[in-house]
Amino acid sequence: MALVAESISCERNGRMVFRDLSFQAEAGECIELRGPNGSGKSSLLRVIAGLVPVQSGRFQFDGQDDVAQHCHYAGHQDALKNQLTVAENLTFWSALFSGGVTDEALQAFGIKALLHEPVSILSAGQRRRVALTRLLLARRTIWLLDEPATALDAQSQASLSTAVTTHRESGGIVVLATHDASITAPSQTLNLGDT
Amino acid sequence: MLALLKRDVQLAFRQGGGMAAALCFVLAFLVLVPLALGPDQNTLQRFAPGLMWIALLLAVMLTTERIFQQDFEDGTIDLLTTTGLSLEATCLAKTLAHILSVSLPVAVITSLLAVLLNVDLAVLPNLLISMILGAFGLSAVAAIAGAVTAGLRRGALLVPLLVLPLYVPILVFGVSASSAVQMPGGNVPALFVLAGIVLIACALQPWASAAALRAHLR
Repeated sequence: MALVAESISCERNGRMVFRDLSFQAEAGECIELRGPNGSGKSSLLRVIAGLVPVQSGRFQFDGQDDVAQHCHYAGHQDALKNQLTVAENLTFWSALFSGGVTDEALQAFGIKALLHEPVSILSAGQRRRVALTRLLLARRTIWLLDEPATALDAQSQASLSTAVTTHRESGGIVVLATHDASITAPSQTLNLGDT
Repeated sequence: MLALLKRDVQLAFRQGGGMAAALCFVLAFLVLVPLALGPDQNTLQRFAPGLMWIALLLAVMLTTERIFQQDFEDGTIDLLTTTGLSLEATCLAKTLAHILSVSLPVAVITSLLAVLLNVDLAVLPNLLISMILGAFGLSAVAAIAGAVTAGLRRGALLVPLLVLPLYVPILVFGVSASSAVQMPGGNVPALFVLAGIVLIACALQPWASAAALRAHLR
């Protein structure tokens, strides 16, 4: 149960974002991506999630190529619909991830009280919490988190680090792009942008 | 895929945008046509099927941007690709939702509103059938154009250019199928050709839209 990257290169808009990048993450490990803005942290996460094709190299999970099927991707955009309530949004995503909206998931980021509010009236932090709850709707081994703590208050950041720790303890892999060191203790750090 | 279809239809009715905008357009068009052409009932009757087809075509084109734009901007398309649902299935579901929530109701209402242009009542069933059939093709073409322009800032400028050439065959055979009462027995071939064009459009649409979205995701 390991995520393996073999000499990945990625080009976006004609610019080489990174070249010959290799790493390996075992179950329970967390890779923290570091680097200045624009150094390719988000690009790397999108590449792992299969949203952007690789120029060369390959990813493998558990010896298989279908890495994207095991990933939860939480990017900058929340992918929530303003016109629907929190519950409707979550039910929709749980159907697509073939998971379920469990009490446990709702409690992790404390959104139970918001369940029947339309997403349009939520604050940025509340939206983020709903988006992060999506990680818990269905079990997927690899979490790809792009600045997950943006707009979160101290308490929600604590919830986030609890969720990440629990996920790692149950054998999950986390790839995290962040400037905030307090979320979890990374098992390795990958510096982008100094190649 | 059903969940996506259900959510899209739900969204369309919740925000009330697509169908209402298209219907308002058709109504405005209907009010303006007699003013522009004059009140002569025979003229109106002769041109009614063609005019209603133009109204339907432009009304559906107005809603093109709604199909993918929002989902593209808020990251929904990104996440959908990680769910294991293929992009082709996503595009098909979203097109079906567009047919159900916009094209089909607008096509039915538009064809019935043709009465206001003094359309020959014998033509009305033909108009209704050909418009319902055409609605599928119009949505399929709109979905391709919507996907191509999804990532672009001024995508709306490009939509008419992309859509119009593809709408021409649907328009030509749609109109001839609906006004064929004047030449008895002539409507069935035109209806078949229309059905053929619509089937081709619907069959190609998921792959064409998915390819366009993939190019935008990079």
